[in-house]
Amino acid sequence: MSQSCVTINQEWDIVAARHMGREKSKELNIGTVDQARIATAISELARNIYLYTESGTICFEAIEDPHHYKKGLKIIAKDEGPGIKDISKVMEDGFSTSGGLGAGLPGVKRLMDSFDIISEEGKGTEVIAVKWSR
Amino acid sequence: MPETLRRIVIENSDEISKKWLEEITERRKKDYTSTISEDLFQSTNREFVNVIFSSINRQQDTEVLNDFSERLIHLGWPLSYITDGLQIFRRVTIDYILSQSEQVDTEHFSRILRVVDDWVEPIINQLVNEYSGSWEHTVSLQRMALQELSAPLIPVMDNITIMPLIGTIDTERAKLIMENLLDGVIKNNAEVVLIDITGVPVVDTMVAHHIIQAAEAVRLIGATCILVGIRPEIAQTIVNLGIDLSKFPTKSSLRKGFIKALEMTNRDIIKPEEEKAEEVTNILDSLK
Ligand SMILES: Nc1ncnc2c1ncn2[C@@H]1O[C@H](COP(=O)(O)OP(=O)(O)OP(=O)(O)O)[C@@H](O)[C@H]1O
Ligand SMILES: [Mg+2]
Repeated sequence: MSQSCVTINQEWDIVAARHMGREKSKELNIGTVDQARIATAISELARNIYLYTESGTICFEAIEDPHHYKKGLKIIAKDEGPGIKDISKVMEDGFSTSGGLGAGLPGVKRLMDSFDIISEEGKGTEVIAVKWSR
Repeated sequence: MPETLRRIVIENSDEISKKWLEEITERRKKDYTSTISEDLFQSTNREFVNVIFSSINRQQDTEVLNDFSERLIHLGWPLSYITDGLQIFRRVTIDYILSQSEQVDTEHFSRILRVVDDWVEPIINQLVNEYSGSWEHTVSLQRMALQELSAPLIPVMDNITIMPLIGTIDTERAKLIMENLLDGVIKNNAEVVLIDITGVPVVDTMVAHHIIQAAEAVRLIGATCILVGIRPEIAQTIVNLGIDLSKFPTKSSLRKGFIKALEMTNRDIIKPEEEKAEEVTNILDSLK
């Protein structure tokens, strides 16, 4: 299973990640509204990496469900930053430590079909989100 | 460069040049310079090889090199032509010197390597520096040009101003938008500003946050912001993100926003009455 990744070091890398996400979505015949959702979700995850960590990666993977009924795009955002102490807190709408809207992570969960977050303080954070093509 | 080696190279410059020209022409077949005309390619090659040889004599003379690189940059030659060309030159020269030497022990060999490197490397460095300097210059000019384009204000009529936004919004641009918006409202005495985001590819929480703050700031100085050009897919992602844009008016298109702005400034679009139109036609006819 092949992955394509973008490293996030500076702000414009967010745009590069979004571009790659769009390309991958198009390859999977994902519709324009879902493409916009995916691009926005990537933007949120990449910006969190840019804002709260030194650097990280956004990777993309084309996946298929076990019964081969549908294809999907898996986004993996991974960093080795400070990690998140209280996951349930950051998943609340409006929680932000940077004066932002605090809508990023809960927003990504609603934008995508599935959402998982693993984080350990001092170790880093990994978010895995999937959007299925319809 | 030690005298003996220098002599070998200079005395055989024709031979070395010929070998080099053969190789670089061979290389051309599979790559980048194929769009350049044959004549220009050959004359540039001859000039290139002359520039290299002239720098063997006058080590510190950078003028010839500068001239040459300036012209290449101007013509848009790829940097790889220079680096490949010099690598080939290095190899051809080393091969040639070796073929002329009687003793070929490792010490002699490494001395030749060092000598040729000392000669070729400064040329590579200088040309590469010239190239990257010119790129940096171009990038900074484009940056400036982009910045001028990044948050334009159009005072369409008394009290109504439009800010059309096209392209990605990063933090720097978001700040400019806020500044220009407030400046513009005051300078143009605007009552209503329309921010048109038709051309903004992604509206994420950062962009939304900045727009909300800008609208709030505009409100504080006594004007109203209308957000227009919200494409259907953007509307859906904004809802998914759970962002509340209800504090100020929003419209799907600039047209609708503009009509709203007219209303807010107590104006309306009126179709001229037919009578009047006829009158105008009559006047125009009489002028013929
Ligand atoms: N990769 C990460 N590493 C460490 N902390 C993170 C990371 N991502 C998010 N956080 C923490 O979670 C909080 C909530 O993130 P979320 O993206 O939901 O909102 P935000 O970034 O603060 O604001 P915005 O609405 O602009 O995204 C952040 O304020 C930050 O403290
Ligand atoms: Mg965020």
